[in-house]
Amino acid sequence: MIDRDNIGKHFDPIVVDVEKGQLKFFAKATAESNPIYTDEAAAKEAGYAALPAPPTFGFSLNLAKPNPFDNFMAMGIDLNRVLHASQEFEYIAPILAGDTITLKDSVKDIYNKKGGALEFVIIETTATNQKDEHVLSMTNTLVVRNG
Amino acid sequence: MALNYDDINVGDEIPELSKRSISRTTLALFAGASNDHNPIHIDTDVAKAAGMEDVFAQGMLSMAYLGQALTNFAPQQNIRTYGVRFGSITNLKDKITCTGTVIEKFQKNGENCVKLEVKAQNQDGNVKLSGHAVIAI
Repeated sequence: MIDRDNIGKHFDPIVVDVEKGQLKFFAKATAESNPIYTDEAAAKEAGYAALPAPPTFGFSLNLAKPNPFDNFMAMGIDLNRVLHASQEFEYIAPILAGDTITLKDSVKDIYNKKGGALEFVIIETTATNQKDEHVLSMTNTLVVRNG
Repeated sequence: MALNYDDINVGDEIPELSKRSISRTTLALFAGASNDHNPIHIDTDVAKAAGMEDVFAQGMLSMAYLGQALTNFAPQQNIRTYGVRFGSITNLKDKITCTGTVIEKFQKNGENCVKLEVKAQNQDGNVKLSGHAVIAI
């Protein structure tokens, strides 16, 4: 049982550089064929000042810390019992190579299903860039299998 | 590939995207590239100790694939929202196909938008992810 006092909790923000090399690696790992994600000339032609981060990359930025799952651990959640239930992105402005992004997580809700056999944890994340522009919001729903 | 709002109708499908079969290498590369180092996706010993038969794909891998179907259809700057529910675990050797169908056309904040219902399925037609995206046209 995850402590319901965690609802409303704000975790320490993390600050992450968006690295061109990692964007290219992400494109390779996902077999991306659209050149705007790997070729800066193609990105510029498409109207980006630098390589853009693809639509789901904000999730990866939020894991860019020494212990990516420290917030789960702080709530007493066993990583081996966690599954990703849903993930939502709201895009406000592009995230580009060379940006520095600040991500802030908070716990929106924790609730039971199936008499507590499943616990759901909803984490909201707000991402801002080095100009303090809000670029992205994310909502991550995790399910923890108990027993 | 300029899209025209008036030419898009409810029921239209976006171009389908088929990805290669998922291997252990795919999972290892994606773990590194995505910063998701959860060993359950890359270490068979850990997966078995957690009661799984083997390692299985990161949900965000298929979400990235489905995102590619969106950015193949429209420029990424036009995507307003994108969300999925993870329906079932994606296993090794699964071959993911991504599809999307226009389910609504509407105006929001002065923009012409289409809402897509999107899906990622494996070779047996099992739905791995399903969700929605809103794209300004």
